[in-house]
Amino acid sequence: MKQQQQLHRFEIRFSGLGGQGIITLGRVMGQGLALGHGYNVTQTQSYGPEARGGSSRCDLVISSEPISYPKAESLDLLVALSQEACNAYYPYLKPGGALVLESDLVKQPPTNRFLGLPFTSLARDKVGVAQAMNTVVLGALSHLLPFISQSVMRKSLESSLPAKIRAVNVKAFNLGHRLAKKEWGDDAGEVWRVEDSERD
Amino acid sequence: MARPRKRKEIFALGNEAVVEGALLAGCSFYGGYPITPSSEIMEIMAARLPLTEDGVFIQLEDEIASMGAIIGASLAGRKVLTATSGPGFSLMQENLGYAIMAETPMVLVNVMRGGPSTGLPTSPAQGDVQQARWGTHGDHPIIVLSASNVQECLDMTITAFNMAEKYRTPVILLLDEVTAHTREKIEIPNPGEFEVFSRTVPSMPPEWYKPYEETVRGVPPMPPLGSGYRFHVTGLVHDRNGFPTQRPEEIVELLERLHRKIDQFFYDIQLVDTIETADADVVVIAYGSVARSAELAVRQARENGVRAGLLKLKTLFPYPRRQTEKVLAHARTLVVPEMNMGQMSREVKRVNMGRASVRTINRIDGQIVTPSEILKVIMQG
Repeated sequence: MKQQQQLHRFEIRFSGLGGQGIITLGRVMGQGLALGHGYNVTQTQSYGPEARGGSSRCDLVISSEPISYPKAESLDLLVALSQEACNAYYPYLKPGGALVLESDLVKQPPTNRFLGLPFTSLARDKVGVAQAMNTVVLGALSHLLPFISQSVMRKSLESSLPAKIRAVNVKAFNLGHRLAKKEWGDDAGEVWRVEDSERD
Repeated sequence: MARPRKRKEIFALGNEAVVEGALLAGCSFYGGYPITPSSEIMEIMAARLPLTEDGVFIQLEDEIASMGAIIGASLAGRKVLTATSGPGFSLMQENLGYAIMAETPMVLVNVMRGGPSTGLPTSPAQGDVQQARWGTHGDHPIIVLSASNVQECLDMTITAFNMAEKYRTPVILLLDEVTAHTREKIEIPNPGEFEVFSRTVPSMPPEWYKPYEETVRGVPPMPPLGSGYRFHVTGLVHDRNGFPTQRPEEIVELLERLHRKIDQFFYDIQLVDTIETADADVVVIAYGSVARSAELAVRQARENGVRAGLLKLKTLFPYPRRQTEKVLAHARTLVVPEMNMGQMSREVKRVNMGRASVRTINRIDGQIVTPSEILKVIMQG
C-alpha cells in the first residue's frame, strides 16, 4: 500500500511493566506499518531478566527513508503504561511530542498536556479480557497517528494473531479507536498531519 | 525479458533472519542449548527444521554436547548450525578447536550479551570479539563474520555457510543483542538469486582417497561418513591419512595448510561496506549494531561540513587490513566505537602503525553507543 504521508524518523516508545504486552504491541504495530503501509520500520526492545514484573520498553522508528540507528533518541510519541516508565522516559520526549498514558496507572502525569485513557480497566470491563489492554492502545494510536489507516492496521492485527483470540482483539482494537476519537477528539494527531500540498 | 520474481517480505527479528538464511543455505541439522539473547534461533529452528525434507533438530544437555553433535552431523555430510551467547560460547571453545583441526564445516552464531560470566543476559555488548578470534587454544585460523541489521543477518548467515563449506572450517557469526532483537522488514531472496556453495566431495575411487591430502586450494575433498570413503578423525596433529604424527615435516605441512587455506583467499573472505570514505578525513570503523549508530553520525557530520566516512566491517577476522590501508591513505583520524573496552581498536591500531590518530569510544554499561556520542568525537576531528 502507498504510504499515507512522508515521514522522517518518527520515533515512538512504548514503556511499562513486563507482562503488559508492550513488545507484542510494538511488534504488531511495526508489522502493520512495515508490511501494510510500506514504511521502513525498526522495532527494538529492552527488558529485564525477569519473566514478569520489572521494566519493559519497546522502540519503533518509522521513516520513509532507510533507517540507520534503530533505537529512539528523541521521541515524537511516548506511550507510558506505568508511573515508573513515565518518570523515566518523559525527559526524552521532543518539544511538541505527545504523551499517551494509562490514566489509572500513571497517577502523577509530569505535565497537563497528555492524552490519557484507562486502557487496563477498559480491556477488563468492556472487552472482558484484561490482557487485551495492549490492543486497546493499538486501536487508540490508530486514531491518533494520521499516517495509520485503521483498516490496514486492523487487518495486520488479525493476520498476526491465532484464530482463537482474533475476535476479542478486534473488539479491543475497535474500542480503543472509538474511545480515542471520542475522548481525544478528531484533531488530536493534527500536529503530525502533512497537508496535501506538502506531500510529494 | 522475464519479470524478476517478487521477493517475499517479512517483518522479522535478526534471530529469525538467521534461521531464514540458514535454511536457504541448506542447513539440515541444528544442535544446541538455548540461551538469551540467541534463543529465538533455536526455537524457530525447532519448529521449522522438522518440516523440511531431512531436517534434524536436537536439543542437547549443554553447549559442549551441542558442538559435539554438530561436528558429528557435519562429518556425516550435513550443513550444520548452532547458536549461543557468552556463557555457552565459552563452553564451546574446546570443541571449536576440534572442528578447526578436523576441518569440519559448521556455523556458530554467538549473539553477544554483557559479560563476563552470566553478566547482563538481556543487554547488548561486543565483549566476545577477541574470544571469537583466540578463544580456543593453539595457533589457529578462524573466520569471524558480523551483521548490523536484519537483512544482513540473513545475507551473512548464507555467506557464513558458504565460507564454512568452501574452506572446510568453522565460521563464527558474531551478532549482538540489538541486531538479534531488532525487527525490520526484510526481503527473502528467491532460490537462484544467491550463491549456495557445498563442500567438494572426492571423485576418485575410495581406495585412492587420502583424507588430508594437499590440494591447490589447501582444502581436501570431504566425503560424508559412511559413503565408502574411509577416513580417521582426530584432534591430534595428523598425517595425510588422518593418523597421529610427531614428525616435524608432517606437523608443519598440516598446520601451514590450515592457515594457508584461509590466508590465500583474503580477497574472498574480508568483507566490508564503505559509506563516503573516498575523500574522508575522519573515518569511523564499526561493526554490528554500532555501525548503524556510526552511519547516522557520519551523515550528520557531512551535513555539518566534516568529511566523514564509515568503514563497516562485515568480516572481523581475518581482519580486513587491505580495506583499512585504503582509507588510511587520506584519513587523519580513525574513530572506533565499540561496546567493549577496545577489542577491535587493537586490530585497527596494529594496522594503523601510528599513521592516523585513533580515537576509541567504549561503552560497557549494557547500552548501545549512540549516534550523538560518535558525532561528538567526529566533530572534534
